[in-house]
Amino acid sequence: MDPIINLIIFSCLGVAMLALSIMAVTSKSLLRSATYLLLVLLCTAGFYLFLNYHFLAAVQVSVYAGGVVILFIFAIFLTTSKGEVLLKHQTRRYVFGFLGVVAGIGLTAFVLFKHQFLYESNTSMVGDQEISMSLIGQTLMGTGKYQYLLPFEVLSVLLLACIIGGILIARKK
Amino acid sequence: MIRLEYYLIISTLMFFIGIFGFITRKNMIAILISLELVLNAVEINFAAFNRFLYPHQLEGMFFTLFGIAITAAETAVALAIIINAYRSIGNININNLNRMKN
Amino acid sequence: MEYSLFILIAPFFLFLVLGLLGMKMKPKVAGIIGTIGMGLCAICAYTVAYQYFFQTGRVGEEWQQFIPVNFEWLRFTENLHIDLGILLDPISVMMLVVITTVSLMVHIYSLGYMHGETGFQRYYALLSLFSFSMLGLVVATNIFQMYIFWELVGVSSYSLIGFYYTKPSAVSASKKAFIVTRFADLGFLIGILILSYYTKTFDFGTLTANHAELVTTSFAGGTFMGLSLATLALTLIFMGGAGKSAMFPLHIWLPDAMEGPTPVSALIHAATMVVAGVFLVARLFPVYFFAAPDVLTLIAYIGTFTALFAAVIAITQTDIKRVLAFSTISQIAYMMVALGVSDYGGHDGLGYMASMFHLFTHAFFKALLFLGAGSVIHAVHSNEMSQMGNLHKYMPITNWTFLIACLAIAGIPPFSGFFSKDEILAAAFHHHQVIFWTLWIVAGLTAFYMFRLYFRIFWNGKRDYNEHHKPHESPLAMALPLIILAVFSVFTGFIPFSDFISSDFMPFHTHIDWTVAGMSIVVALIGISGAFALYAKNSKQPAQIAQSLGGLYKAALHKFYLDEVWMWFTQTVIFRYICMPIAWFDRHIIDSAMNGLAWTTQKSADSVKGLQSGQVQFYAWVFVVGSILIAVLVLFF
Repeated sequence: MDPIINLIIFSCLGVAMLALSIMAVTSKSLLRSATYLLLVLLCTAGFYLFLNYHFLAAVQVSVYAGGVVILFIFAIFLTTSKGEVLLKHQTRRYVFGFLGVVAGIGLTAFVLFKHQFLYESNTSMVGDQEISMSLIGQTLMGTGKYQYLLPFEVLSVLLLACIIGGILIARKK
Repeated sequence: MIRLEYYLIISTLMFFIGIFGFITRKNMIAILISLELVLNAVEINFAAFNRFLYPHQLEGMFFTLFGIAITAAETAVALAIIINAYRSIGNININNLNRMKN
Repeated sequence: MEYSLFILIAPFFLFLVLGLLGMKMKPKVAGIIGTIGMGLCAICAYTVAYQYFFQTGRVGEEWQQFIPVNFEWLRFTENLHIDLGILLDPISVMMLVVITTVSLMVHIYSLGYMHGETGFQRYYALLSLFSFSMLGLVVATNIFQMYIFWELVGVSSYSLIGFYYTKPSAVSASKKAFIVTRFADLGFLIGILILSYYTKTFDFGTLTANHAELVTTSFAGGTFMGLSLATLALTLIFMGGAGKSAMFPLHIWLPDAMEGPTPVSALIHAATMVVAGVFLVARLFPVYFFAAPDVLTLIAYIGTFTALFAAVIAITQTDIKRVLAFSTISQIAYMMVALGVSDYGGHDGLGYMASMFHLFTHAFFKALLFLGAGSVIHAVHSNEMSQMGNLHKYMPITNWTFLIACLAIAGIPPFSGFFSKDEILAAAFHHHQVIFWTLWIVAGLTAFYMFRLYFRIFWNGKRDYNEHHKPHESPLAMALPLIILAVFSVFTGFIPFSDFISSDFMPFHTHIDWTVAGMSIVVALIGISGAFALYAKNSKQPAQIAQSLGGLYKAALHKFYLDEVWMWFTQTVIFRYICMPIAWFDRHIIDSAMNGLAWTTQKSADSVKGLQSGQVQFYAWVFVVGSILIAVLVLFF
């Protein structure tokens, strides 16, 4: 693909993502917020595709879009009555939050532009290497160096704990 | 061509948008949505660093993978808590949920 | 003579047993255990005395100092250390005899006198503690050990004066005794510290050896505020002795101490503890004589004044125990004077010998007087003379023994007081005329007030007692000590004291100076006949004389308002001008500094309390801003 077109698509994606993010945190309707979030997550999946992490993109779509956002929507349905508009804090809080956020962005931007990343000297940079599924599978299930069986298992225990915890917390007394 | 910085700029902005939302929203589910944005931004960073700086390794990708899973778990628990709170106080306004202070 | 340690251990052991287990015993059992223990202790002391005086004590002509038991307790420097031990020399052995005898008599007497009192066991435990402390005091090998036991007798005296602790007057009397003697002991302690700082020793033997050479050399030339340091140190040490021995102006606690049970007064406030000051000065006599003769002169003058002062007050008092208390003050002052006028060595040291002699005889007849007074109080249930009279019919034994004691203290031959008082007068006669004549007057006054006491108790009119509550003679437990002590009072005067006790440990010979003796007998007889004329029959004369003396009588009756002076001094001077500013400083500066600190803490806590709002978003904001600030800090500084 032509790099320029690539860049254009990337830019569109990025701008859309930021715009959707802003809408997600400012929207008056909770359901809309959740929808914007879903779109943001889908855009993120697009980013992963740009990075050639196809598997990751698939996970992102299935887990986030398919799982988390659905959960959100159910929760919203359970806790919100129809047509309810989100309440707002005092203006002061917006001002202070904005100031803090701007300061954080400024600082991060400063560091970002100040720092020289070394990849430019790296000839093998950004290959179009697709990572094979078998490699991912073996890495996930291996026990050697740079292999992730233990975190995987820990994660599964965590998920189990979450299931139990979710049931315990949410069930009717 | 697409540079690492582009990813980072976008993720930074998204991160702080998420934080802004976290601070300013009143509804707990909305806060949770903001939190998702924050986590998402972080995950983009992992993937981008991995791809651009260490393309022959997989740590960043797996970190993202695990991060997604943990996010899902956290969301599930958080939503359970929120629903529970809704049951006990009738709404999910964060200001009303400071009884633990006392 | 290692078994002399038993003399100390036995009373202490008794104290522990009676103090810890006494409440589990029947009162009678506790009393008998205490008495038997004290009896064993007395036997032991007599054995030691016999061995010392008649077998081992004398090498050639000179009396020796033995230290049969000694161990090092605290070592400060190479030379300076505190030992605990037993020192046997003529005066300490004599004191052992006096203390154990009087203590045993008091133990026996208390079986009758304190019968049925609550706290009977406690009483015996405290008596044992006191005996232990007093014995430890007299056998002390060094001045610091003496100080330790000095404080111990103070404590046991305090708790025995306050024995009837439900009575407010007893409580305040015990506090007064403790505070006044404690105040004096402060001087004693400072004196000890100065002395030991320069001489690098506490040991009596080292201090007094070779005419107190160590003290005179080590203090050479040191002065402070125009006084030589040696004088200062020894004056301060004497201050401790003056406190315990009730010298003017620190005597105020002794009359009040009569609030304690009467046998306690006999033991502590007549025979033993109050002579500790005399004993202290006697113990350090060579040091006083060679290093600070000025202090001895001071002691002589203070003693003379106290003797006269107390005798005058004693005439006017109507509480029989107070009469005896002032008489005690007066007699102890006699002993002090004798030390003050004494020279060193041979016959010149007559005063020293006389002081110890008078201490010895006085212990017996004064204890007898107190016990007799106790017997009377036991019979009529009052301390006031006006409640008594004509008791010779009802209490023959008490009457006769009391009479003997009165004759002894008045100085009528051949009773013991005559001999010792005569020696004191003789020593004063050769030293200083003013002192002698004052003491001579005091001797007359003593005879007068003692017989005033005697006549008013046992004769004086035909007072009728209720038929169903007639006074009766005391039980055997009380009568027996009276008789024994009466025997002592009669015969102890014949002991050739100068053969045993002298300032330089060399025996010398004394003879009765009949000029002085004659004068003292004459004045005593004048005193007695005066008392007889005024008090033998119930008459109006004493009241008339009191009327004509007016102010003087009133002043003496109120003890010359010395209590009030002290009260004014403490209330106005110390409390108002010293304590109040300090209290103000404490309350306003120190407290408010503390309060200010607390206030600041509270206010700052209040002001940051809002941060803990329970609003998780606020926490998040603080967290974000904080991380940004930390990042800025790390990056740019």
